[in-house]
Formats: sequence, C-alpha cells, structure tokens
Amino acid sequence: MKLGDGVETYGAEAQPRLGFFTDTSICIGCKACEVACKEWNLVPEDGLVWTGHSYDNSGELSANTWRHVAFVEQQAPDPIKQGKQDFRWLMESDVCKHCTHAGCLDVCPTGAIFRTEFGTVVIQDDVCNGCGYCVTACPFGVITKRELGGDGGMHKCTLCYDRLQDGMEPACAKACPTDSIQFGPLDELVERARERCGDLVEAGVSEARLYLADENDGIGGAGAFFLLLDEPEVYGLPPQPVVPTKNLGTIWGAAAAAAGALAIGVATAFLGGGK
Amino acid sequence: MSATSPTDALSYYGQPIVKEPVWKVEIPLYFFTGGLTGASDLLALGAQLSGNQRLRTSALAVATFGTAVSPYFLVKDLGRPLRFLNMLRVVKVTSPMSVGTWIFSAESATTSIAAACRLFDVLPRVRATAQVLAGLIGPAQATYTGALVAQSVVPAWHEARRELPVLFASSAAASAGGAAAILTPAEHAGPARRLGIIGGVAELATSKLMKKRLGKLVGSVYHEGEAGKYSRLATASTVAGTALMAFAGKRRVGAVAAGALLLTGSLCERFAVYHAGKQSARDPHHTSIPQKERGGRAVTQPRSRTGNSSSPSASTR
Repeated sequence: MKLGDGVETYGAEAQPRLGFFTDTSICIGCKACEVACKEWNLVPEDGLVWTGHSYDNSGELSANTWRHVAFVEQQAPDPIKQGKQDFRWLMESDVCKHCTHAGCLDVCPTGAIFRTEFGTVVIQDDVCNGCGYCVTACPFGVITKRELGGDGGMHKCTLCYDRLQDGMEPACAKACPTDSIQFGPLDELVERARERCGDLVEAGVSEARLYLADENDGIGGAGAFFLLLDEPEVYGLPPQPVVPTKNLGTIWGAAAAAAGALAIGVATAFLGGGK
Repeated sequence: MSATSPTDALSYYGQPIVKEPVWKVEIPLYFFTGGLTGASDLLALGAQLSGNQRLRTSALAVATFGTAVSPYFLVKDLGRPLRFLNMLRVVKVTSPMSVGTWIFSAESATTSIAAACRLFDVLPRVRATAQVLAGLIGPAQATYTGALVAQSVVPAWHEARRELPVLFASSAAASAGGAAAILTPAEHAGPARRLGIIGGVAELATSKLMKKRLGKLVGSVYHEGEAGKYSRLATASTVAGTALMAFAGKRRVGAVAAGALLLTGSLCERFAVYHAGKQSARDPHHTSIPQKERGGRAVTQPRSRTGNSSSPSASTR
C-alpha cells in the first residue's frame, strides 16, 4: 500500500503506516468499539434516540460518533449454513478511512487537518475554525461539525493518535472481542485480509470481498479498509469513492476560463463606447 | 429520495452516503456579494480606462458595499468565528477556499483603498493603482466560489464542475451590470447595461447547459424542493431583467426595474445552486449510481490459494 500523501515530510521520523482492517464477517454487533471510542476520546453524548429501523441507534458517523456499527437485516440464505436460514445479519463497524489521498486534508483552509507520522489523518482541535469545507470533501460522510455544546469545530476519528504515540493500539481495536477490528502496520493487514478473503471464498462465501484495499482505487487505498459480504452501498458506503481533488486541474481550468470570459464580457461591454 | 431514483437501487435504510454541507444561508449570500464585488471592480476598471468617471464611481460604490458586507457573512458562518484569521495560516492550491481567502483579502484591501481615496478625494495615483489591481483580481474573485463548491463530493456540485465557475462569473456580471445601471444616469450607463445583458444571457445559457449535463438523476434536484423554487425564480427574473435592460434600460424606471430583476436573478441563482447541493447530498443514489456507472477498483476479491474465486461484480444476491 502507498504511503499517505504528505508523510514524506517527516523524513527519518516517519513511521510504518498504521491502520485498521475491519473484517465484517466476524462482527457480532456488540458495539464495544463505539463505547470504547467514546470513553477514551471523551466524545460527547449526542442524544439517546431510537432510529426505529434496526439495532443501530447511533445512526451514522459524525463529530460525536467516530465508530459506528451498521446493522443490515436481509432476506437471504445464510452464507455459512447454506439453505438452513432465510435471514442474515450484516454488521459492520464503520470508521474514518484515513485515505491515502484525503479530500478533507486537501481542502482544509487553516491547515488544521494534517497527516501524522503514522500516515493517519488528524484534525488539530486548537486550529480548526469550523469552516465546514472538509464536510463537503469527504467521500464517506465521516466528518461533521460539533454543534452540540457550542464547540463548533469539526471532529472525526484520530485513529487514537495519542495511544499510537505511546505504542498502544486504538481503543476500538483493543475492545473488539472477536478481532473484527484488527490494528497494525497496513502492509501486514492487507496481506492478512487477502488471505482471509480468499479463505472465505474457498469456503463457499462467494460474496466476500475487500473494500478500499487496492491502492489503485479513487482514494489511493485506505488506512482503514474492510472485508464486506455485500455491495458497499448496502452498508451506507460509496461504491467507488473518488477524492474530489482528483479533478483539481479541471476545476481550476474551468475557473480560469470563466475569469477570462468575464474579462472579455466586460471588455465587450465597453466596445460600444465608454458612455 | 428523489422521484427519479430507481426503486431497486441499494442503500442503508435510505440514509445519505455523503454528508449534507453544513453551510448556512450566509454562504450563498456571500457567493452573491463576492461575485458582485469582483465584477463591479472590473467594471470600475473599464470605466477608469475609458474615462467614464460617473460609472467608475458607481461601480466602485457597489464593490465597496460588497467588500463591506462579505466578511460578516464569511465570519458568521464559521463554527468558531473568533478563529477566522486562522484562514491566513496557510496557502494551499488544493483548497479553493484557501486560495479564495487570499483572493478575497487582496480584493478587499485594494477596493477599500480605492474607495477611501475617492471618498476623501486624495491620492489620485494610489486610487488609480488600487483600482487597476482590484479590477485585475476581480475576475478571480467572481469565479473562485464556483470552483470552491465544485471541489467537493456533493454530486450536484462536483458533476457540474465545468459549468459552475462560468455560471458564477456570468451571474456576477449580470448583478454588477444591473447594480451599476441603477446607480448611474442613463447617458453614462451604457457599459453597465450591456454588461447586465451579456451576463444575463450567459447566466441563462450556462444554467440550462449545466442542468442538461447533470443528467436525469442528479439534475432532478433543480426541479424539486427549494432548489427548484429558486431555480425557476432565477430564470424568470433574469429573463425579465435582461429583456427589460435591452428594451427599456435607457429610461430611468426601466433601468432601475431591470437592474433589480438582474440582481434578484443572480441572488436566486446562487441559492438554487446551494440548495441543489444540499438536496443531492441527501440522496444516497445521487452518490452511488454515478459511481457504479463509472466503475473503479474500490471493491476487489483476491484469488483464494486454490485459485477458484469469482469477481464480486459477477456474484448475485
């Protein structure tokens, strides 16, 4: 897997790229990751409500939910016990993807969002002024503004930057009782994930697939990638995410052309005389 | 979800995939006042070069109004308004908002200097230089906001990345022409009227092209909800304003009515784009269906060690 954009600026201080492999095939939906994340990172409570559609009551990733467990109920043959059940649960613990080409980091106008020495993407809370541009640049809908409590800043998963600096694994991975959330050097995780996916397919789980594990995808591969058992959009994930800065040249080109056209338009307005 | 979304398309309980922009009404208001400022500064420069002092003063007054109110909108929308100066910590070409912050700062400084010199009738050379600089930065000021929204994952904005800067530039031209035509006696307002007409026609044509190129699915946002309402209002006002400016712009009443209509059309155009972005972000299919059609390498299925795997796209469920 490629290194994250910008990590080369660390020179000799750069560390091996660290990340998550979330294997949804062994997630039991216990939400220990959600709780551990909230506790360790002091993420505020954001309403105790029932969505009414499933056991998922945190709903979505946001400034106040950095790990989110999706619950999908499907009328489908069970992947393991073929033909024995006509219903299956899909559970997936979602998180910030810590993209190789991170849209949020690219567009942040204050420099609050930065690439760490571990290749992860972190928001500096003491710099962020809450402009909200990162919200529109994330292909996964991870970042939002913390309106609650008047904080006003943008927040998301830090991949427990503080714990990494002390050589510990992130709180969610530590708490996961089935090792659905695996943490480690990204290259090792990708290797392990490929093997796991291959084993599942061989065992008859033909719908097993890896998501964001290829460095040739639209975000250059992710620091947090997944093994899924259905199409990404079933879990609320974009099927082919692309970092918006991929089209930066087109966009600045269009802006330059528009500025030129405006100048020509004004010049034309004066062609008929200055009065 | 929009009526044009296929019913069999997949989603997670219909929830959005990307987040709706958190920007409030201050942002489309700034798109309007910022565009008005940029195009007015360019109009003032044209008037300066052609020796039309009356028009030069009017256009400068409009630009000054724009630079005076714009910072209020920009700072008010921040989650942490007191940290607005943090925008000036960095310069990033990957962020149109960062580049735009510097463009806006330069535009505000030069416009303010030109306006102060005019107001106190001092330093004519400084005023002329400041006006030239403001006029040269003007086109960037009027278009970068189009690039800013295009540089996002919001389907109705990113898919319109080729048209949005031109739409914003022409909308800015229409508003600047209209405003200057209101403030200037008819015998000096020829260029303002013509700019209003050119801008109005270009705005209508670009808006139509953008909606057509967005296609049936994502383009549907301009026919629904708030975006649809503002879009219809923008088109009606701009058509009326452009026509009135062309046929009755030389009369005082005609110029004022036409100018007001062009300004209204320009303002509504920005609100239409703003709401279109919010509406398209809310619909998961506006994100997922175009992505699926384009394809890519996000989903992969490694071969098992015995090598008899199929590709996930071939598997059915």
